[in-house]
Amino acid sequence: MAVKLGKLSPTALRRQLARGLDLRTGPFRFLIRSHSPEVARGLATLYPDFPLPLDGFRDFHIRADKVSGPRRWYRPQCNFWFDGLTPFKPLPANHAFPLLEWGMNWCIAGHAQHYLMLHAAVLERHGRAVILPGDPGAGKSTLTAALTLSGWRLLSDEITLIDRKDGLIVPLARPVSLKNQSIEIIRAAFPQAVIGDIALDTHKGTVAHLKPPTNSVERMDEKARAAHIVFPRWRADTVARLTHHSKADAFIHAATHGFNYSLLGRLGYELNAALIDTCECWDFEYSRLDEALAVFEELVS
Amino acid sequence: MKPACDAFLHALREPTVMAGFDAETWDRVVRQARTSGLLGRLGALASGFSERLPEAVWQHLEAALTLAEQQRRAVHWELRQLGRALERTEGPVVLLKGAAYAAADLAPAAGRIFTDIDLLVPRAQLGATEGALMLDGWITSPHDAYDIRYYREWMHELPPMRHIRRQTWLDVHHNILPETARRKTQPALFLAASLPLPGFPRFSIPQPADQVLHSATHLFHEGEWQHGLRDLVDLDALLRAYGADPAFWPQLLARAKTLNLGRPLYYALRYARHLLHTPMPQGLELVCPEQPGHLAAALLDALFLPAFASAHAECKTPLSGPAAFALYVRSHWLRMPLHLLIPHLLRKAHKSEDN
Repeated sequence: MAVKLGKLSPTALRRQLARGLDLRTGPFRFLIRSHSPEVARGLATLYPDFPLPLDGFRDFHIRADKVSGPRRWYRPQCNFWFDGLTPFKPLPANHAFPLLEWGMNWCIAGHAQHYLMLHAAVLERHGRAVILPGDPGAGKSTLTAALTLSGWRLLSDEITLIDRKDGLIVPLARPVSLKNQSIEIIRAAFPQAVIGDIALDTHKGTVAHLKPPTNSVERMDEKARAAHIVFPRWRADTVARLTHHSKADAFIHAATHGFNYSLLGRLGYELNAALIDTCECWDFEYSRLDEALAVFEELVS
Repeated sequence: MKPACDAFLHALREPTVMAGFDAETWDRVVRQARTSGLLGRLGALASGFSERLPEAVWQHLEAALTLAEQQRRAVHWELRQLGRALERTEGPVVLLKGAAYAAADLAPAAGRIFTDIDLLVPRAQLGATEGALMLDGWITSPHDAYDIRYYREWMHELPPMRHIRRQTWLDVHHNILPETARRKTQPALFLAASLPLPGFPRFSIPQPADQVLHSATHLFHEGEWQHGLRDLVDLDALLRAYGADPAFWPQLLARAKTLNLGRPLYYALRYARHLLHTPMPQGLELVCPEQPGHLAAALLDALFLPAFASAHAECKTPLSGPAAFALYVRSHWLRMPLHLLIPHLLRKAHKSEDN
């Protein structure tokens, strides 16, 4: 049984990160190197329930650290390294933790071609998974966070992984990324929510991450079967309601918003078609979170 | 090569050893293969016994194979479009390297990843080819007047073209060495010996010996060492496939002499045998039409061997950096006479400071 990250003292965590910290999230193993206090604090706050495997094969060797040269000292910057390569532009040094999160997403989305990867959140309750594709600004993250904090099992916030062998959804259970006003909305509605440092003025605006529930992390090796695809849209002063969404349109949406639909060729088509066949597809409008939660509860009961 | 790289090279030489790698070894080998552009190649080599690899490792190899398969589909499709665009131009249109391997399903194709399509046309057809491509939506990326002169007067290719909608990159060559290069070859002979490509009426591919000679010339004349090992693996695959017929080797040597490409062939044979244990007749290098002297050979070993390993940090030695720089200078020295080269390098240095 692997040790959990939360068992490490802050000093032990910092020391381990400097050498390389082995972390597993769902099927992926990362070796994370960092000297950044923001990264250590972010991991301690948001990943305490994640297992730390011992040596062996890691899927991704990554690093988030201050850059070298003048920008290490003058208006310091940080960067993300994937096995020595730097796929991103440097960011202000205090954005090291969101940069690490984006880098981890980039590693998975760019390399895990052994899954069909949709750009969608996915949660499960009563054995039935609900996929939430969402255009930016549709209120997907807020809804995901609210469901996560209301007893739903968080499978993934950004990347829905579909196993190419059995069509089931493979959990990642990583933190939920909250943007701008959704941070305050979630804090107000769920005072118990554990939210990490707030990063101001990133390219996505203000960003903070919500800790996944312990139960979701402990069950991250348990795959789930998709039952519904729900396209959420937040609209002021509307009553929460579900309306049928055409399956043909849902297919096209999943195909065009996937990370690797066309890359998988025929297999991508078959996995996507099987997914849409087994799911009911819905449009969902809401303005109030409590109403939204009630509708979702009914959807899977 | 440092011991850290041994397992990776061993896997390329004798794929079945991969079945015995432990997790620590795989942790290095997968990363080395990825940065060298050879992850898909390892996947192809291991596909017959994938159940004997750790599942997490096989997933990475399978992912790379999936990417290579998508590129194969994309290249087949792109060549059908290109074939239509070039219907009215005259003379052969020869596919080079990655596109040729993929379209004709040659030995290096399995699991190979590439980024652009390379074509060779007769110099006299260059204008008509460029015109036909522009009508079909291929545009030249913006360059300043100097860059345009560099490509059009001195190099062996047009500036890279990109399709306006499909975003595919295309390099149109009219020679396999720059116009200004010290070494001269005869592209007309290369074009004349090309073989029609079944299924793609407008295209042909180089004959087998010319495939080896072009790949060797490209590898040992360009400064692109990021893909050095990948290109050597291509050569190894071609030599293993064609060399099974003993009649191939004398043809290859004779062809190298005719095309004046003996020296790049010598290097290809030397390093393929040294690093990848490519089977070849005893003493073949000694009958190569052109060989470096002992001193030059020792110096080039000191440059080429670290450069082949330079793709991954763990394989780098303290000499990798200087070796790569020396090879960069060498590639320019081979490409242009000094009165063009010195102003060219000064200009490049000046421009990179501006950026």
